[in-house]
Amino acid sequence: MSESSIKSVEGITKESTQEMIDEALAIYPEKAKKKRAPHLAPNAGEGACVKSNRKTVPGIMSARGCAYAGAKGVVWGPIRDMVHVSHGPVGCGWYSWGTRRNLMSGINGVNQFAMQFTSDFQEKDIVYGGDKKLKQLLVEAHELFPLAKGISVLSECPVGLIGDDINAVAKQSAKELDIPIIPCNCEGFRGVSQSLGHHISNDTIRDHIIGTREFAEPETPYDIALIGDYNIGGDVWSVKPLLEEIGLNVKAVWTGDGELEKIAATHKVKLNLIHCYRSMNYMCRVMEEKYGIPWLEFNFFGPTKIRESLRKIADFFDDTIKEKVEAAIAKYDPMMQAVIDEYRPRLEGKKVMLYVGGLRPRHTVNAYADLGMTVVGSGYEFAHGDDYERTSPEMPEATVIYDDASEHELEEFVHKLRPDLVGSGIKEKYLFQKMGIPFRQMHSWDYSGPYHAYNGFPIFARDVDMAINSPTWSLVKSPF
Amino acid sequence: MSAEAAVKYVTETPESEVTRVAEWINTDEYKEKNFARQALVINPAHACQPLGAELAAHGFEGSLPFVHGSQGCASYYRSTLTRHFREPAPAVSDSMTEDGAVFGGQNNLHEALENAYTIYKPKMMPIFTSCMPEIIGDDLTAFIKNARNKGCVPEDFPLPYANTPSFNGSHVHGYDAMLLSILQTLTSGKQVEGRCTGKLNLIAGFDCNTGNYREYKRILAAFGIPYTLLADISETFDSPLDGTYRPYPGGTKLDDAADSINGKATIAFGTYSTAKTFTWLKDNYAGKHAAMPVPFGVAKTDALLLKLSELFGKPVPESLKAERGRAVDAMTDAHQYMHGKKFALFGDPDYLLGYVSFLLEMGARPYHILCSKGTKKLEKEIQALLDASPYGTEGKIYINKDLWHLRSLVMTDPVDAVIGDTHGKFLARDAKIPLFRFGFPVFDRVNLHRSPLIGYQGAINMVTTICNKFIEIGDETCDDRHFEMMR
Repeated sequence: MSESSIKSVEGITKESTQEMIDEALAIYPEKAKKKRAPHLAPNAGEGACVKSNRKTVPGIMSARGCAYAGAKGVVWGPIRDMVHVSHGPVGCGWYSWGTRRNLMSGINGVNQFAMQFTSDFQEKDIVYGGDKKLKQLLVEAHELFPLAKGISVLSECPVGLIGDDINAVAKQSAKELDIPIIPCNCEGFRGVSQSLGHHISNDTIRDHIIGTREFAEPETPYDIALIGDYNIGGDVWSVKPLLEEIGLNVKAVWTGDGELEKIAATHKVKLNLIHCYRSMNYMCRVMEEKYGIPWLEFNFFGPTKIRESLRKIADFFDDTIKEKVEAAIAKYDPMMQAVIDEYRPRLEGKKVMLYVGGLRPRHTVNAYADLGMTVVGSGYEFAHGDDYERTSPEMPEATVIYDDASEHELEEFVHKLRPDLVGSGIKEKYLFQKMGIPFRQMHSWDYSGPYHAYNGFPIFARDVDMAINSPTWSLVKSPF
Repeated sequence: MSAEAAVKYVTETPESEVTRVAEWINTDEYKEKNFARQALVINPAHACQPLGAELAAHGFEGSLPFVHGSQGCASYYRSTLTRHFREPAPAVSDSMTEDGAVFGGQNNLHEALENAYTIYKPKMMPIFTSCMPEIIGDDLTAFIKNARNKGCVPEDFPLPYANTPSFNGSHVHGYDAMLLSILQTLTSGKQVEGRCTGKLNLIAGFDCNTGNYREYKRILAAFGIPYTLLADISETFDSPLDGTYRPYPGGTKLDDAADSINGKATIAFGTYSTAKTFTWLKDNYAGKHAAMPVPFGVAKTDALLLKLSELFGKPVPESLKAERGRAVDAMTDAHQYMHGKKFALFGDPDYLLGYVSFLLEMGARPYHILCSKGTKKLEKEIQALLDASPYGTEGKIYINKDLWHLRSLVMTDPVDAVIGDTHGKFLARDAKIPLFRFGFPVFDRVNLHRSPLIGYQGAINMVTTICNKFIEIGDETCDDRHFEMMR
């Protein structure tokens, strides 16, 4: 099996990286330069080396989204058995309809609601307020979708600005319709990025959901919840069977392919396993403080980290789990080695740059290392200091770290470092492909996946290989 | 929940109940309830104004779309356009946040203008608004004047701006508002008495098919008519991969756009997405003006060619006459695979009108016709098309209904196919019928935006796509005895 992460990169020093950063910032107006400089730095190996979670500098072409995106797209939207109402004008819900790839089980419109529900605010709703409309639409949603276990009301910008009271409406309607209705004040202008939307949504789970149900079947010492996996491209369907194989009972998933009532009963589990720390650490802390449930961060990208994580998980449990973990590792390691043997010769020494969100800028670093690849730059759209603290040890020394990078900064860094692959989002994808640089969308797995756990790694390896080694790249340079 | 309340356990919905509801949502009873909805909108087939504004803004040389409002809005528009075209869509926002609600967005706007101008070196920044500044009542006119005075951008730098509230109209109206402002800005003071460029100005309307733009150009080249295609996104959203990223790979030259006011004639396609722009230019532009439907099908293309011939005093070129003949040939050869087939249609007003006339020409039956953001005028116009054909008699029009309504329609009163965009794929799958993705957006097929739908060539493309799909379905579903060599 491959060695662990690479710690230095030839030609990259603290000085060379700082020089690259300075060059990128050179064209900025003074004020913007001053604001952006603390967000870009060579990796120091420990601690958070960049400033983060600050207001975006206007006009720099940030890739960030908003609080609503964090609530609808990330935390609430993936819960499959609820109606999620985008409360306000038509656009926000339309843009976020089916564009995150949080896959769901069930029958669409029957017991699964991957649809676009909106109050479609018109001028008159802005003038007279939308509370009456909201009350009416909740009745209609309940009538047309009787198997929905609850309804979330996700506020768009106007709702907070015109002073509607969705909390009062939700409270009254929940009583009248006898289903949970969760008001979520996640207006897009709140905070500085998607991140506040995650936090607000976590708070609404705390205030309205957690502790309202219990599991009907008897408790066992192996009851756990899978937190911060959104089932992108079916990730949960790869992770859950593995956790079950090592003897754990996955009682609830937050929130990929999630079910409301199971989420509500999560206070009864023995351990919370958290993958995406950024979006869900808040509720892990709440459950720890209020119910004494410990939580553990893990990383299911690539065989090295999966193995490490499985053993870390096993440490929480008795020998039966430890034995099953070792059996699973023994079973999967040769399969993963076969994957590495196939792809590593074609990927050895290749350089990668990442710019994503959540956990991926650090969690995937070692999955690339498993394939012989080095990540030479990494950063987040909406991270906080604790994310960067966790990133430093994963990244090679002095490689560039960027927070809320502008398109210009990314372009400059890529120009300078000439990576063999860029992993970022849809807005960045075609820019780099036009430059002739292979690209994979690392938010959506580029319409592929799963990438998590042992089932995911062969797909990840295949996708990285085909992006880098597609013969179409040899056609880019024209003979005339 | 109080601590004394009885414990509520996690429940599982019984399979029988799931089956019951799954069947119920396909019934007439459900349809009735569904159509009784007053407040809830489910799966609408339209987006908000700023998306259209961004499209128009991308259609000019060196133009950097600028969203005045929350940054999340800009990310949504950019992602949507990029997913559809599979091309970059660079745009900036001034990232308004909570304090904007208190102090207004002027500081953000000024800082963003200076930064974007310096970093991305655009030749123009068309500014449009998302919800927040619209609600708090930002005064763009004053803000922009102040920005120039402060030196955020040079005195003469073009900053067209449009109010594009998302709680009013749809993306097609945002396109119209932005385009109008861009043309007003660029042509301001450019009218020269007696000057005539000799050119045709052409506006495609809200159209996300780059193949259509190229087709317009090809038709005009065949005629030998010099032209300025306004808001030309054909290069912006279909640029070469040659190892160099160009943030502004195409668009109407700003000088050409400025001089368009001295044109010989102007045609605006899409009377719903260019209404305001046309009303203004008809009073301000030199030469002749015509508002025309998007030329889907033979008759509407004929009308376009006749109009071009009339405006420029040139005969319809032989090559286009032959092309017309080939289109009619292709349609006649294939008619048996479409004749009598029932279609559900949804989309933007201008495209819908095009689908209807094209289908009627083929002897197919437009049956459920739905626009989730339309007007009485649109309803009348579609009805007039239906009334003029024996194949239109059964067609029913649904204005301001959504795709969940359309689902009820196709489940209770079946059709053979749907024409729309990617968002129709769920209802098409439930009804087990094909979906033809002629509209916007297309997120789940490649390169369709490169295949033109307008003109004679567009008619051939649509016939080919539709008929071969029906033939393929026959091949895939027939029993072995009827699986034949010829179709």
